[in-house]
Amino acid sequence: MNQAQPKPPQSPTALSRPFWEGAAAGRLMIQRCAACGKLRHYPRLLCDACYSDAVEWIEASRRGTIHSWTVAHHAFHPAFKDELPYTLVTVDLEEGVRALGRWTGEPPAIGQPVTGAFVARPDGVDLVFAPSTA
Amino acid sequence: MSLRDRSCVTGIGETAYLRGATKSAFELQVEASLKAIADAGLTPKDIDGVIPIGIVSGTADDFIENFGLPDLRFSAQVPHGGASPAMALQAAAMAVANGVCSHVLITFGRNISAVAAGGNKAGARIHNMPQFHYVTEFEHPMGASAPAQLYAPMARRHMELYGTTVEQFGEVAVACREHALLNGNAVMKKPITLEDHRQSRMIADPFRLLDCSLESDGGAAVVVSSAERARDLRHRRVFISGVAAGHPDSPGSITQRPDMTSLGLAKAAPRAFRMAGVTPADIDVAEIYDCFTYAVIRQLEDMGFCAKGEGGPFVSGGRLRIGGALPTNTHGGLLSQAHVWGLNHVVELARQLRGDGGRAQVAGAEVGVVTGYGDMGDGALAIMRRE
Ligand SMILES: [Zn+2]
Repeated sequence: MNQAQPKPPQSPTALSRPFWEGAAAGRLMIQRCAACGKLRHYPRLLCDACYSDAVEWIEASRRGTIHSWTVAHHAFHPAFKDELPYTLVTVDLEEGVRALGRWTGEPPAIGQPVTGAFVARPDGVDLVFAPSTA
Repeated sequence: MSLRDRSCVTGIGETAYLRGATKSAFELQVEASLKAIADAGLTPKDIDGVIPIGIVSGTADDFIENFGLPDLRFSAQVPHGGASPAMALQAAAMAVANGVCSHVLITFGRNISAVAAGGNKAGARIHNMPQFHYVTEFEHPMGASAPAQLYAPMARRHMELYGTTVEQFGEVAVACREHALLNGNAVMKKPITLEDHRQSRMIADPFRLLDCSLESDGGAAVVVSSAERARDLRHRRVFISGVAAGHPDSPGSITQRPDMTSLGLAKAAPRAFRMAGVTPADIDVAEIYDCFTYAVIRQLEDMGFCAKGEGGPFVSGGRLRIGGALPTNTHGGLLSQAHVWGLNHVVELARQLRGDGGRAQVAGAEVGVVTGYGDMGDGALAIMRRE
């Protein structure tokens, strides 16, 4: 392929726009129920504890531990072919919700402390985790 | 009132399973449907309930029009991917047990070759489905696109927590392939060994090619009738003795699921076994939804065939092969027969309980279980017994 195929687009919705605006500014934003304070992610209409739709957005730490991971060796979308193999990590954030991200560094291990950062790509940003430095 | 033994699978039908089918999905679905209806000893006009599986081919209205159905009294959609066939058994059992209708056609057809030729491969398809909207928005753009990539972290965590091994995944793949070779209608025709499994190319670590189900074309259908009406039909009655469905927590996002290794089947299985009045020890044959080898191991645990975490050792030593203690996927499954969303698993269980399993027949099979596993962890199961 001589022309780079675009990646699947990042398409904010009315519900998730603060997440994507935060991401563009390097901040990991998650929802907090304005009625009872429960944190939630991915963005949802209702708090599943008190059913309130009142939301505040807070900035999460981007710190956590590896919950699980996989290494992609096959591109199910042509835009990722040149990046193979790449690692995806599922991270237990300190805030008690999870995030999926890309990974840089030696193979990850479950329980390993990690820190994330948003890294620019042509059409947006990716959340990329790396081992936490002590 | 319990649904136990109040409905029967009375008809089964399948097209040839292959890749590169020239018939459309709806043509395949109709072919399988006509076979299932004839197998029951019915005519199309006897059908008064329809559950089309998925929304990829014919609708209930298409069956009214093409079969000239005079009075379709019941139709339903069960939009849960590979859990849909077993969930459809639940809906059909309720409908015929309560007299809403008499004979429900559950039917599926698929021409994935045509879809893929249009450039629409698995990783590109699911992001158009509403139930995958979290994946579409937050994961697909990073390259977590296809089920193999989304399920792989579940399997990795199971391996890390419980010591499940590559060989144990391989046991599932080898058992399915061995059974497919006994079946005149399977896409895969060559034997494989545990070593072949280990050497197959990595797709999404820890899943290798031979851990992944097939992409194939075909149609399958079953007819579910009330237990009373089934008396007058062609075959020995195969009762739906227990049936239940369940959903995992955070069904739309595996990433956010509190226990990634837990499935909807864990909630459904105790209900179905209680309804049927049997335990896993009573099961003679199992048809377990095998989108990935790991999924079979996990579902065996959730159904209580072994404790959580012991699914790997459980499948070792040929236990799942015909002649083993729990012959599983006697048709070859999605891994080696065909991927028709697991309706082929329902067909095969009925066939086994009739004693019509041919070279794959499990001797003396009286009670069996079939599962469905859909989207990212929706689950359903039916326990059936022969009269
Ligand atoms: Zn709340």
